[in-house]
Amino acid sequence: MTALLVAEQCLNGLQLGVMLFLMAAGLTLVFGIMNLVNLAHGSLYMVGAYLATAVFNWSGSFLLGVLFALPATLAIGMLVEVIALRRLYERDHLDQVLATFGLILFFNEAVAIVWGRTALFTRVPSALTGHIMVLPGVSYPAYRAVIILVGLAVALVLYVLVSRTRLGMLIRAGASNRTMVAALGVNIRLLYTLVFGFGAALAALGGLMAGPIYNVQPGMGEEILIQVLVVIVIGGIGSIRGALVGAVVVGMVDTLGRAFLKPLLSTTLGPVAAQSAGPALASMLIYLLMAAVLFFRPRGLFPAVRS
Amino acid sequence: MRTPRIAVVLLLIAGCLASQARAAETLKIGFITTLSGPQGVIGKHMKDSVELALDHLGRKVGGLETEVTYGDDQAKPDVGKQVADEMLKKHRVNFVAGVIWSSVLLAVAPTVTASGTFMIDTNAGAHEFAGKQCHELFFATSWQNDQTPEAMGKHMQDQGVTDVYVLAPNYAAGKDMVTGFKRFFKNRIVDEVYTKFGQQDYQAEISQIRAANPKAVFVFYPGGMGIQFVKQYVQAGLREQYPLYSVYTVDEVTLPALGDAALGSWETRYWSPDLKNEANAKYVGDFRKKFGYTPSYYGAQSYDGILLIDSAVRAVKGDLSNKKGMIAAMSRADFRSTRGKFTYNTNHFPIQNFYLLKAVKGGSGEVEMQIQKTVFENHKDAYYQECPMK
Repeated sequence: MTALLVAEQCLNGLQLGVMLFLMAAGLTLVFGIMNLVNLAHGSLYMVGAYLATAVFNWSGSFLLGVLFALPATLAIGMLVEVIALRRLYERDHLDQVLATFGLILFFNEAVAIVWGRTALFTRVPSALTGHIMVLPGVSYPAYRAVIILVGLAVALVLYVLVSRTRLGMLIRAGASNRTMVAALGVNIRLLYTLVFGFGAALAALGGLMAGPIYNVQPGMGEEILIQVLVVIVIGGIGSIRGALVGAVVVGMVDTLGRAFLKPLLSTTLGPVAAQSAGPALASMLIYLLMAAVLFFRPRGLFPAVRS
Repeated sequence: MRTPRIAVVLLLIAGCLASQARAAETLKIGFITTLSGPQGVIGKHMKDSVELALDHLGRKVGGLETEVTYGDDQAKPDVGKQVADEMLKKHRVNFVAGVIWSSVLLAVAPTVTASGTFMIDTNAGAHEFAGKQCHELFFATSWQNDQTPEAMGKHMQDQGVTDVYVLAPNYAAGKDMVTGFKRFFKNRIVDEVYTKFGQQDYQAEISQIRAANPKAVFVFYPGGMGIQFVKQYVQAGLREQYPLYSVYTVDEVTLPALGDAALGSWETRYWSPDLKNEANAKYVGDFRKKFGYTPSYYGAQSYDGILLIDSAVRAVKGDLSNKKGMIAAMSRADFRSTRGKFTYNTNHFPIQNFYLLKAVKGGSGEVEMQIQKTVFENHKDAYYQECPMK
């Protein structure tokens, strides 16, 4: 019974980790390659969720929502890069933080104007409402299982893309030494726009999958963004591999902490102390982990190589 | 031609005097709520209700020209306090009203009352202000946190429900809610779990619930947290296994996003859109007409808050310096509340009825909350005896 519960909680942790990874991958690429702190990444997650939900509610087909939201958010991401962010690459991080924070306000208000402040109604697509048996005695919601599979597939595709293709080579080269890449005649501007748009699409993928289980409302992106920042700090800024490991670690630590810290503490501290210390400690756990990683490996677990 | 300098100075002085003279006959209300972020929707319900109350009063509260300044606390205590300071010092308001979150109220209310300004609390029911920290300038048009879960605890106790699994967010009101629940629910509680305020994913908690195999689940998850928890609870197939009882979780704010996922939920409350009285029919009807959606208790309380201020200012014939007179007037609760007739206790919290509600399919096919029965009549909060005001 307990072993099965631990297994189920590990799946929950993996699922949360995968969601975080989809956000972290785009954010870490943008930070690592363009040296841009993009707080508005959560807004792209929100835009993806809204577009997919709107099309889903209108057409009744979740797939149609996905097929619309991904390219649309990619386009919006590229547009934002061309209009606003392009001017910020040479500025210091404070300017970038201020400008992208402004974008958060802009997107939140824009979404509230179009769809209102009330959370949108969404549901899990009817084909995925059931449960599947992952282990004898452990049934798991099919939709969440699909999230895990999609996330792992994206991780695999990203790995192949970044380490096995010409585009990936350019991305890695851009992360190491962008001046040299530009000097070799690569259109670094176009590369940046592409990477940013791609990151936006990944955020949208996270957002549209989150819609049916979380809620679709203005400001939804900021709730997850904080955890994502923890992920990329732990994983090492600029590293896809770091983002994957960081996301899974954060997802696991957070989930297992919430589930088992209190029972564990009550065996040593007694139930009363555990009742107050357990929840407080569980919500701090990922930040404690981040502090520990920063102390022992200030550049994260898998720092991107920089010249 | 150059205007002599002295003329300019005189003009300025005259201008200042004129604006001061006008200030005396203008009623200023600062309304603090959450207008941004995921909880901004609650603030919208409250702000829209304040606007409707102003419409119903002909934009003149207590017969005076009225200026309402809205402040956004972002659901953060420190921001709420800053907003309150600005209202007190810059706008020099006569009343501060609003506040959704108990944690924010704990920061805001002492600042307001210490400056000699009225605090009209239109939601948060932190027990501190009902008990030891009660204040003559503090009035609540809502409830004390413990009361609503007390009603649910009483109902579940009466129904003989046992082995209940309890969940709430880890903040001031979360603790109050569970305390209130346990005051009237004496059967076995399987576990009591506090989650992070604003948490999105409850799958870990849901797995724990299933493993604990209780007979029922009681939760307090206001706003966006409620949408997420209830959706995930239903998706996990728990609704059929363990009936869900909640407070401030399934309401008019979260119903549009929940849809059918809400069906079968039980709540207790002091107010509902289907509560039968004339003031409520007018409020709900005009609200739907003006804003195109169904109001919530957050809104009804805020609407009542403005009417309460109106009754006070009318009683002193617009003399805003007569605070004693306004306190006496407000203590009588002499206005047409959306909850029907109620009285104020010595601690300035309402003595009111609490009802059991169920989420059912309404006539229009939309899911709505309907009153099933009265759990408490003229229910007092548990802290008023600790309040020094008698």
